[in-house]
Amino acid sequence: MAPPDALLVVFRHAPHSSNWLREGLDTALVAAAFGQPVHLLFMGQGIMALLKEQGSGAPGQKATLPIIDMLEMYDIETLWVSEEALQKMHIRQDLLIDGVTPVSAQDIPSLFQQHAKILNF
Amino acid sequence: MHHGLHYGLLVMGAPYSSPAPHSALRFAHAIIARGHQIAGVFFYHDGVHNGSSLMTPPQDELNLHEAWRELNQQHAIPLDVCIAAALRRGLMSESEAHRHGQSAFNVAPPFELTGLGQLLDLQQRADRFITFA
Repeated sequence: MAPPDALLVVFRHAPHSSNWLREGLDTALVAAAFGQPVHLLFMGQGIMALLKEQGSGAPGQKATLPIIDMLEMYDIETLWVSEEALQKMHIRQDLLIDGVTPVSAQDIPSLFQQHAKILNF
Repeated sequence: MHHGLHYGLLVMGAPYSSPAPHSALRFAHAIIARGHQIAGVFFYHDGVHNGSSLMTPPQDELNLHEAWRELNQQHAIPLDVCIAAALRRGLMSESEAHRHGQSAFNVAPPFELTGLGQLLDLQQRADRFITFA
């Protein structure tokens, strides 16, 4: 069971297609800076945020990978990725950054049940 | 004795391009009518456009900015707008316009520019926290 004040931030959008990822990460960082335990879950297109070989900045946006790389400095160490989404997009886990834990489709509902506070981006 | 719950609302859709703001307003009125309270509304992502006082839809369409203002006037509900998301999209208060050397502003009370800390605080305080995106 996650601590009662733990925040689960869910990412469902790919980098650069919109500002969802960037603004979701900003929220995670602010929550961590305020001392809240923060856990991240990447699902659907959101898993592409974790690709280690990604170029920066399509249309004038700042890259998000440098933000993900420094999450550890903010004590954000729990990064879950949907195994099902990886399989659907034929993305092997070794293409992702280190320290990401795959979660099966049947275990994802329990992540939501364990967190009283959830934000979706 | 009926005890109402405190709801926090997060709005992340822009007016007239997403149904999210209108759904949030209808939800707010519905739960108030059932005896609950709204602890606050936070506008983030494209939802910050709800705070633009320059919004001018045709007269036969609902003005969503006005609808939020009325919700605030009737029930004293705080309307907080994320300052970083707002500035990025060209929404600013008079003082921010002054600070950034801009000649116009479009965010005025009851909408308040504030930080993401307010969003997390609202989520902590609310019994129920609902996202409209």
